[in-house]
Amino acid sequence: MTYDPVMLLDAYRRMRAIREFEERMRREVQMGTVPGFVHLYCGQEAIGVGACMNLRDTDYIGSTHRGHGHCIAKGCDIGEMLLEIYCKQGGLCNGKGGSMHIADLRKGMLGANAIVGGAPPIAVGAALTQKTLGTDGVAMAFIGDGASNQGTVAESLTMAAVLKLPMIFMYENNGYAEFTGTSYHLGGADIAKRAAAFGMPAEKVDGTDFFAVYDAVGRAVARARKGEGPSAVEAFAYRWYGHFEGDMQKYRDSKEVERLRASSDPMIKFSTALTQNHGIDAEELREIDEEISELIEDKVNAAKAAPKPTSEALYSDVYGSY
Amino acid sequence: MAIKTYREAITEALQGEMRRDSRVIILGEDVVGGLGGTAGEVEAAGGTFGVTAGFAAEFGRRRVIDTPITESAIVGAANGAALTGLRPVAEVMFMDFIGVCLDQILNQQAKFRYMFGGKCSVPVVIRTLMGAGFGAGPQHSQSLHALLTAIPGLKVVLPSSPADAKGLLTTAIRDDDPVIFCEHKVLYGESGEVPDGEYLVPFGEANITRRGNHVTIVAFSRMVLLANKVADKLAKEGISVEVIDPRTTSPLDRDSILESVEKTGRLVVVDEGDPYCGMASEIASLAACEALDALKAPVQKVTPPHTPVPATPHLEQEWLPSPDKIERAVRTVLGAKLARTG
Repeated sequence: MTYDPVMLLDAYRRMRAIREFEERMRREVQMGTVPGFVHLYCGQEAIGVGACMNLRDTDYIGSTHRGHGHCIAKGCDIGEMLLEIYCKQGGLCNGKGGSMHIADLRKGMLGANAIVGGAPPIAVGAALTQKTLGTDGVAMAFIGDGASNQGTVAESLTMAAVLKLPMIFMYENNGYAEFTGTSYHLGGADIAKRAAAFGMPAEKVDGTDFFAVYDAVGRAVARARKGEGPSAVEAFAYRWYGHFEGDMQKYRDSKEVERLRASSDPMIKFSTALTQNHGIDAEELREIDEEISELIEDKVNAAKAAPKPTSEALYSDVYGSY
Repeated sequence: MAIKTYREAITEALQGEMRRDSRVIILGEDVVGGLGGTAGEVEAAGGTFGVTAGFAAEFGRRRVIDTPITESAIVGAANGAALTGLRPVAEVMFMDFIGVCLDQILNQQAKFRYMFGGKCSVPVVIRTLMGAGFGAGPQHSQSLHALLTAIPGLKVVLPSSPADAKGLLTTAIRDDDPVIFCEHKVLYGESGEVPDGEYLVPFGEANITRRGNHVTIVAFSRMVLLANKVADKLAKEGISVEVIDPRTTSPLDRDSILESVEKTGRLVVVDEGDPYCGMASEIASLAACEALDALKAPVQKVTPPHTPVPATPHLEQEWLPSPDKIERAVRTVLGAKLARTG
């Protein structure tokens, strides 16, 4: 299969931006500069980007508490994201949403969601809009292995199947729901098979392999655009860090992450594939890396220096009118 | 102006808005009904109480959508559709079922505008049936409007007459915030004059259904009818009762209530919700905090007891506020003197 090199470089840029962004957030949280809870996406970059490279700005995604990667993958502005995470004026949500509620409707990003299983029904509604208005647009919900157990996900699968909506259930199986492993909490069931039981195609893919995710989601999106209904993709990857930054991770063998980084770093896999199989010059990737590094340094500094929302903001935007 | 039932008035408002704005859609369980049955594609229900009968034929199933029994997905889909450009009216058949989908109300639709920094609108209406009186039992009879009123971001509407049902529902559908529209099931057969054509009743403006000077009764939803009855009866004795129907609990027309209490000095609140942390307590608190000097007697609350609604018909009647209970409360506030020190 051949891929458009412009798309591949764009995907690389987004994956690199996520990695750099999250590693920086991790250091900042450790230094105590970031308010609230932060849930990092490192290790899952190929899922968010592999999925979203199939989408347009007019397609919608519903995200999770671990949403920074989805935002960057869907094209949200990194500076405005950082302003939001630092709860500053000019943030994507004017500083009132924070890390777990970043939304950008201009980019089809319906919000990170701090309620596990909260976003899939909302994404189903966005798919309903696409169908009702007769567009060829789609909607996608990112769903962790933990959220896959929520009743809202089962309801969303049912609704999407019954109404034949242009919907993609993008499962991210990262091995842990908070502090509990999938071998316990999934009850022995298989997530993709669960989705298939609702009457839709469901594929399993290696979520550390950009190409595997991109291709599987591409099939699901094409099916949805043609009006053939919903699909599910279950991507397996690894959560490199804790449930939230600061999690002591007592549930993990101390060498687990080291092994994972060595064996299945999605960034290394992708850059190796790009240079070895897709004719992309390593120098070009290094330039992107540098550019991203500078961008994040600048935007973090700008976010830290930005003004805080005023007291007026406490009371504004509860209602459109009241 | 024509005489119509509460149910017909609701239908008229929905139909009017569906005709006026193609972005308005209806979704819920059996809003059409009949798909997948052995009788072929028929309209089997048109809503549990027939409110949306004939809608599928006029507007098509693309806009009148039968869903599976999935309350979280119904409200959630309405939320997502509202964020992305439609104006959904979702039906949660009985208010009791709010328990199944509360997250989509409490944590999602109510908070989108605020937590997204004002960069979205959430034009969702949830139509739902409240109230006891049908012997429908503990899980089909509750009045949970106060619970929803306590959630910032929501608007909560309780029409007590056919005209208000039409005017408030039209306003609700045109509103850019989530609105919980509480239809009282016992009122469905009540008739009254309903203005023809486009008719809107604004939120946050109480309706004073009886004018009076001696006692103020604030009543919600079906309780307004009972309060009116008591006011009419006592008028014959020369007792002048003012009845205030706030129409919406969020926003609440505090000014009309306070103005009346300042005038009468005596307040009775009648609500079908719980006595604790409910609208009766809220209005009593309003009077205590803002108009204590005007009060000539302790406020009387007429509510059900702090129990579930029994299915047992005679116990359900005992549970409900009644004209007798309201009359006793009015006589109590008229007889009482508020002990004051200093």
